Amino acid sequence: MDPKVIAMIGAALAVSIGSIGPALAEGRAVAAAMDAIARQPEAAGTISRTLFVGLAMIETMAIYCLVIALLLLFANPYTG
Amino acid sequence: MQTSPLTSTVLFHLGPVTITRPVVTTWVLIIVLTAACWLVTRRLKALPDGRQAVLEIVVTGIAAQIEDVIRKDSRPFLPLLGTLFIFLVAANLSGLLPGVEAPTSKLETPAALALIVFFSVHYFGIRARGLRGYLASFAKPKLIMLPLNILSELTRTFSLMLRLFGNIMSGEFIIALIVALAGLFVPIPLMALEILIGIVQAYIFTVLAAVFIGAAADTFEER
Repeated sequence: MDPKVIAMIGAALAVSIGSIGPALAEGRAVAAAMDAIARQPEAAGTISRTLFVGLAMIETMAIYCLVIALLLLFANPYTG
Repeated sequence: MQTSPLTSTVLFHLGPVTITRPVVTTWVLIIVLTAACWLVTRRLKALPDGRQAVLEIVVTGIAAQIEDVIRKDSRPFLPLLGTLFIFLVAANLSGLLPGVEAPTSKLETPAALALIVFFSVHYFGIRARGLRGYLASFAKPKLIMLPLNILSELTRTFSLMLRLFGNIMSGEFIIALIVALAGLFVPIPLMALEILIGIVQAYIFTVLAAVFIGAAADTFEER
């Protein structure tokens, strides 16, 4: 197969499989934060700030996959 | 299809140094922000007028957020972190102006900002604990954790850079794709989402920098 086609398939697989984990994790994190806010509405400020920072940390995994896909597409040494 | 998001357009050469488009955008942003701050703070009054009141809300808001995160006086950290936040908001939102690319959507600007955070973490750590105390904190809680602690310093700087770059770049990339596919009014909701993402990413970058600096300057263990 042409290396360019393999690179494209690899990029698509990297993003599609790699975003499953962060998606599930972000869902769980938001659900837990909603639960905490419902139990303790006066702590909503602290919880949402921590939630934002935590979501950014989780999201980084998906961003890594995106960067790998971009490297495969635009900076691949094998496809020239 | 646009060109690779990993490279940036070279505008001109200054001797051996190549000046790319994000660098020029950054210069313009620096000049605009400096001029705006100078204009507003030129005649400060005890009873603020409209513009001064807006600026005071921004500054005290950032100071309160930093104090919430690091749980001590925010004054030593406010110049660095406040500038970081205001510059990042301006830089992330500048991509929405027609004909302008956000400088943070190229790899160099996030890398430079992450390096600034990396070095200022050590600066504030050494200033708060002294050189010996700060270096000893890498061997906490046991000496065997030393390589892991050093590795985490490097990887978190790297992830700080990639997070900002990936978010802003992917937003611009998607808008460019939608413009190429669907033309006039379809990209507008995505651009509204991009405003939200730009401000949230600026906030997250600043809060993470505050967390790292606060952890390095934390003298709680010795007390």
